[in-house]
Order: sequence, then C-alpha cells, then structure tokens
Amino acid sequence: MPRPGFVLDVDKSTPPILFHHGEQFRLERLPAGRSRVIYPAEPIEALEDPEAAIRHALFNPMGDSKPLPDLLTPGMKLTIAFDDVSLPLPQMRAPDIRQRIIEQVLDLAAAAGVDDVHLIAALALHRRMTETELRHALGDRIYDAFAPHGTLYNHDAEDPDNLLFVGETKHGEEVEINKRAAESDLIVYVNLNIVAMDGGWKSTATGLSSYRAIRHHHNVKTMEQSKSFMDRHSSELHHSNWRQGKVLRDAGIKIFQIETTINNNTFGTDGPLSVLQKREWEWSAKDRITFLGMQKGLDVMSAKQRRSAFHSWRAPYGLTSVQAGEVEAVHEVTLKHCFDQHLVPVEGQTDVLTMGLPFICPYNVNSVMNPILVMCLGLGYFFNLYRGKPLVREGGVLIMSHPTPWDFHPVHHPSYIDFFEQVLADTTDPVEIEQRYEKQFAEDEWYRHLYRTSYAYHGVHPFYMWYWGAHALKHLGRVIIVGGDPKSVRRLGFVPASTLQDALEMATDVVGPQPTITHLHNPPILMADVS
Amino acid sequence: MKALVFSRKPARYAAAVVAGRVASGAGAKVGPLRLHEDHDIPDLPGPGWRYIKPRLAGICGSDLATIDGTSSRYFEPIVSFPFVPGHEIVADLVDPANPKAPADGSQRVILEPVLGCVARNISPVCHECAAGHLGNCTNIAFGDLAPGLQSGFCCDTGGGWSTMMVAHESQLHAVPDHWTDEMAVMVEPTACAVHAALASGVSGSDAGDATVVILGAGTLGLLTLAAVRSISPDASILVVAKHPEQRDEARTLGADHFAEPSEIKRAVRRLTGSKALTNAGPDGPIDRLTGGASVVFDCVGSNDSLADAIAVSGPRGRIMLVGMAGHTEVDLTGLWHKELQLVGTYAYGTETPAADGTPLRTFDLAMELVEAHHLGRLVTATYPLSRYTEAISHAANAGRRGAVKIAFDLRPEKERDHL
Repeated sequence: MPRPGFVLDVDKSTPPILFHHGEQFRLERLPAGRSRVIYPAEPIEALEDPEAAIRHALFNPMGDSKPLPDLLTPGMKLTIAFDDVSLPLPQMRAPDIRQRIIEQVLDLAAAAGVDDVHLIAALALHRRMTETELRHALGDRIYDAFAPHGTLYNHDAEDPDNLLFVGETKHGEEVEINKRAAESDLIVYVNLNIVAMDGGWKSTATGLSSYRAIRHHHNVKTMEQSKSFMDRHSSELHHSNWRQGKVLRDAGIKIFQIETTINNNTFGTDGPLSVLQKREWEWSAKDRITFLGMQKGLDVMSAKQRRSAFHSWRAPYGLTSVQAGEVEAVHEVTLKHCFDQHLVPVEGQTDVLTMGLPFICPYNVNSVMNPILVMCLGLGYFFNLYRGKPLVREGGVLIMSHPTPWDFHPVHHPSYIDFFEQVLADTTDPVEIEQRYEKQFAEDEWYRHLYRTSYAYHGVHPFYMWYWGAHALKHLGRVIIVGGDPKSVRRLGFVPASTLQDALEMATDVVGPQPTITHLHNPPILMADVS
Repeated sequence: MKALVFSRKPARYAAAVVAGRVASGAGAKVGPLRLHEDHDIPDLPGPGWRYIKPRLAGICGSDLATIDGTSSRYFEPIVSFPFVPGHEIVADLVDPANPKAPADGSQRVILEPVLGCVARNISPVCHECAAGHLGNCTNIAFGDLAPGLQSGFCCDTGGGWSTMMVAHESQLHAVPDHWTDEMAVMVEPTACAVHAALASGVSGSDAGDATVVILGAGTLGLLTLAAVRSISPDASILVVAKHPEQRDEARTLGADHFAEPSEIKRAVRRLTGSKALTNAGPDGPIDRLTGGASVVFDCVGSNDSLADAIAVSGPRGRIMLVGMAGHTEVDLTGLWHKELQLVGTYAYGTETPAADGTPLRTFDLAMELVEAHHLGRLVTATYPLSRYTEAISHAANAGRRGAVKIAFDLRPEKERDHL
C-alpha cells in the first residue's frame, strides 16, 4: 500500500535533504525548529492491465458520448491529435501510453472501414517533434504506417492555409484551430496528464490552436488571475480555455477525449536511481553509497554529458487511470486521479519556500534548460503546485537551487536567446515586456521560419514562459537562486547566493529574522493543498 | 617648458610594442615617450603663428596607438621627430605684446590641429584646402613646416601635452566665455564624429527608415552617436557597448537599442527583421544576415569589428570606418556580394549639411553639438603631466574603468607662466 504524502517538521535529527540542482544534486540541512519538508506520496499502484483499461474506456465513455466504435463510420474523416514531447517528464519507458491508446483507436477505425485518418502532434506553439520523438511516443508501427504518407505530422500554428477561424467567445476571445482537425467528422484527442494543469478543453483549444487564439489566455493578466493554474476552478487560464472549448462544441466540432493519468514513479522503486525517490532517513547504506557515487560521477562529467545522461532516462511510470468520452466529464475524473497521486494537505503558509529544480521541464526535452526556463519551472510550475493558497506568504521569499547557466540551445530556443539578451536586459516587468516587445517577437518572420521548418519554439514562446511566473513575481518579495551563474541570475532580476545558508541569511532582509521555511521535496512532484 | 616628448628611439619603440601587447597603455612606461622638465619652446615658424598655452589636452586613440606601437607605418612619412603629442586642445592665447603675462583664461582658443597649406605657408593652396577639406591636404609633408599631418605629430609645432606650443591663426577657434574647458577639449573629437556622420548620408530623405549600428561606445562611438542622432532624429540606432557605463551614456545620447559585441548579429537581425544564415548547420551560431543595417559606423577598427560590420550590413549598405584601422585581415566577400560601400573618414574640414549647400566648418557644427549635449561631462578624469603613465593607462582602459575621455590638465603647471 503506497504511503501518502506528508509534512515533516525538521528537528535536529533530520538528515540533510536531497535537493535537485539541475543535472546534479545537493544535500542541504534545513534549520531545525522552524522548517518543514513536504514529501510526495509514494507511487500509486498502476493498473494491472493497461490495454484492458484502455479498451474499457473506449467502449464505456463518460458524459454525453457514444462509445468510440459507434462514432466510427466508413468514409469519415478522422483526426487523432495527441500531446506532444512536453509530456511526460522525463519521458516514459516504451511503450508510451499514447502508442497504446492510438493503436487501439486505429484498430477500431480500421475495423469500421475508416480510411481517412490523420495523426497530429498537438504542439500549439511548441517546437516540432523529431522523428525519434514521434517514434518513441507512437511506436514504429504507427510512425511507419502514417509518416511516409504525410498523414502523421506536427501541427503548424503558422500555416494560414491550415487554420480555421471558428468564432469568438462571449468575452471576444478568438477561437482558431487546425483546419484538418476542425473539418474532421471526429477528433480523437489522446492526452497524458502528469499535472492538473493539462487536459480538458486545453488539449484542443490550445494544443491545436494558433497565436491568434492562444494570446487571449497566455497573457500576464490571465496568469496573474490563475491562482493557481494547477487548480482548474481557480484558474482564469482554464476558464478562458473552457470558453473557447464551448465555441468549438457549439460549432459542431466533435471531440472524443481520451485522458490518462500516471503515477509519480519517476526514478523507480528499485534500481540505480531509486534512492532519489526515497525519504532520506530511510536510505540504507547501499543507498548512501549509490548516491555518493552518482554525485561524484556527475561532478566529473561535463554539462553536456550530464544532460545526455539524464535526458536518456526513461521513467517507469505506471498508468493509473484511463477515461474517455465527453471532454468535461472525462476531465473531472482525470483531475480526481491526478489529485489522488499529487495532493498533500498542508496547513498554513511560511515565510520562505525552498525548492530544488530538476534538469527537465516541459520545454527542454532533449535540450538545454536555459535561464528563462529555470524561471518558468520555479516561479511558474513549482510555485503554482498548490490548491488554496501558495505555500509561501505574500511578500515572502522563494529560494531555488539550480546552476542557471547562461546557456541556450540555438536550434530549439532561438527567440529565447534574443529575449534574454534584449528584453530582460531592459526590463523584467511582465506587463512592460508584454506591452513593448511581444508583438515584435510574435510576428518576426525569422522566428516563424524556424518554428515552421526547424525545431524551434515559436518566437512568442519565451514571453509565455515569463508570464507563467507573473503570479509568483507579484506575490513574492524576493527570489534567490542558490548555486546559479551570478550574471545569469541577475539578468533574471533575481539574487544569486552561493549556499543555502547564505540564501536564508539574505532572506531575512525581506522576511525578518528566524523565518519559517517550507521545502517542496522533489523528486517526484507533488501538489500542496494549503489551508 | 614641460612636455611629454616622443622621440625616435627604435629600441624603446620595440619595447613599447611588446609592452603594449601585454597591456594596453603599458607602452608609456617603457617606450620613447618621456617627460621633459625643460624642453625647448618651439620657435614661431613664421608670420601668422602664435604661442598658445594648453589648458586641457585630451588623450586620443591615435595617441594610444602611437605610444603602444600599434599605429600603422603609413604615418611614418607624415610625422616628424621628436614631437610632443596632443591634438585635442583648449589653450590660452598668448598676447604677443605682453608674452610674460600670466595666462588667465580670458582668451581661450580651441585648436583645429590639421596642418594644411595655409599653416604651411604654401600658396596657392592645394585643391583640397581650397575646397575646405583640410584633412585631405596634399601638402602635409611640405612647405615651411616639417612633415606632420597635425599639430601633435610635428616637431615644429609642439603639441598639447606640454605647457607651450605654437599654432597658426587659421587653426584657432575662440572659446565662448560661458564654456568650460572640458567642453572645449571635446570639440576636436566631436568634429571627427560630425564629419563621419555627415559623410554617411544617413540624414537623407529616407533617414526615418534607416537602421544605424554604431560599433564601439568609447569616446568616438559616443560622439558619433550624438552626431548621428542630431542629424537623423528618426533613425533607429543600435549601439554595441561592452560596458554598462557606456550603455548608460549611449542611452542619454539617444541610442534606441543596445547589444554586447557577442550579441550584435542577433540584435541587428531582430531590429531589421532580417533572416540569418549559419555556416555550421542549424546548431551553429549566426554567420551573417541576409538583410541588415543601412549604415554601420565602425568606431573600433579591428578585424572583428570590420567583420561584424560586413556581416550585419544590409545590401547596398554603407560602412563608415571611423576607428583607425591599420593592418586588417577580413574576408571581403560580403562586401562585394552585398554591394556594400566601405568608406574611410578622417578628421574634418568643411561640410555642406544645409539644403542650400552653404558650407560650414566642421568645428562650428561640433561646437553646436558640444553645447547642445553638454559633452564636456564626458571628460571623466584629468591628470598632471607628471602622472602621464597613469593617465595613459586610464585612457587605454577607459571603458573597463567606466571612463570616457581622459585629459591632461596643464592649468596648475607653474611652467605655464615661464616663457
């Protein structure tokens, strides 16, 4: 029986706590008597028979929907859209859940005489998936059957000939999605939820959309009003996507949504990296030796070697739920399963929140985590892993541990380089950034060219990364990064510190002496239910 | 008189070359430049010549190149030894009727240091001098003076790094009473910048669409920026600055955008909406742009800056070589492929900025600019002659040390009152 997550009050006997530090690790001592550590639950048991669970979901839909076989007719136009390379993190061991699901969907489609099938990676303004990544997500059988014929491809949000303006919401939010998908008789969306932000109408309204539509919710005001975007009912980001979803539904676009949840078995419960998921006081002698060996080994590697090692890790996640049918009905059940794994009840806020940031986020799969992504991961994702209220009080301090190198992947993140060099050198205020710079980057022909023909994130994407942290930037009194490149950290508008002790000392300038501290332990991730 | 004297001493010169390679400005300690406490006052070369007592004398990049042995051998026939350096000068005009009267600042002058036909007593003057293009005088090694392209490089005239020198009346411009000496000493370098800005053509009818890049934000880069902004109020100007103080000053003088040297190609690409080409595959750094800037002012004059200028110039663009490039190695393919113009610019003379073609002296335009932008504030520090090695080191490392113009202050020197 997996143990639930819990809050540990740090005392003098608490051993040093494991912090992620990019592709390395630190062991840090937290002050006794005023620190607590939030531990995630152990991995929920996986479904015994994923294939059966998938089949059951396809035949027993939720909400106002017929079973999938009843929706498949000869001569129809079918589009299967699926989540892109940004999920899961790290990538899962083969076979990927998308492969499992899509194989069953295709078998049903073939049995029903459906010939016209397109498969689209619903990447919105993310970078295109490579052949290797598509093969990993879908398997060789699907890739080889569709890609050579041009019926498996990446969504292109800048192809004016393949976008359909569907309408506007009551708030004037434009809705525009992939034309092939919009004109299909049925869209089957295959989703993978690792956090509660994903799924629901966000899958199609954002994943298959364009800048014209996405800008209505990927903006500073929306993100500041999403408290948090991991809690759909308190998130303006989701309210907007739901409004756009209504426009899609009212336009007669039919979607059969298939959503899945996975447990948090990131590094395995046994094996060489399992120590990373264990609670520190339960480390055996073998675990300690393994950890020390890993740490030393990582220290002598180059940054490139470390990155390669970690990005090649395939996580042994277990599938914990599959549900299919009407979008909203499906999503409410998905959220329940997400919360079952991630939610940890926590009482009250603290003065200081600490976190170690890992080597990966949704936007640097097989890539470099540049400083903007460090900000997004820390102030965007991790800060917002709460329901109720943030773990740190308003005006409090966030301390993150990450090397924050001044390093960018020139193919994946060209507009990020420019954003860092030009925009952040001028201002770090999200409102000013949005007003003065977003349009220029969003409409830059070179970025468009790279997004459409290379493997680059869209020109506007670094802006969204910055907006992701807008709520945190407004909420916090200071952000300190431990062990980061000082020049890089300062460019982000944050304060560099060499050690956690230095950082805690600096925090007292803002929150006063003897501050209370909460540490968000990861790996793996959790979500705090703060009362 | 007291003077810094640069003599022809090959061994010391060689030492300066070595020292200059190790640290900029280090040639002053070991090279041929020496402080003479009792140097001979130059004779008046002829009618029309006057004694002037320098008050402030700037240290220019060309002086630094001479001291560190990095200036081109091109100059050897147009320099005469021993010479007293210093050509950015504000001085007291000595009353010939009362030469022993102390210099009290009541008759101050700015020196226009070019030694053209008139100063050399050559008549008729050459075609260039007749047209007002003194900097292009074809007689700079002839006439009544020893060879010397400017005062400060001629053994007969002395130079600003001293307590006394001579100047022809035609070289002198009166300093307005309300001006500080710091403003006056900035006129000569500002005139170089004004001349370059006007020669670039950036003030034409389509200047509003122009994208201008200024490489380098030292004295010359900042003054070029001020000059370009004054003649092209609507142009979009990007300044490439290494140091934060330079960036701040450039912002004050009207720059719109900034970049560090390593960022220039990306910065110009963003600004012009151009596309980029890489040499080493999609992972490689940007090699050059397919479009680019209308005008690039290279105020550095190195291999790298010239290569960058070519890389970021748009088709049929113009590169103004303001920095004193010497022997340079650069791939010129981009120059002809994009049909660029590489234009040298030197000193000053006469300009025709007005629509009706009325000629104006560059120095007059420079004085307007100095006053409008309070450019005297760019004089960051001054030194006495006795601390010349420190002064030259400071000037050579000005950017890194948050400085712009370094000058010698001759006003407290007691030798000024000894004629």
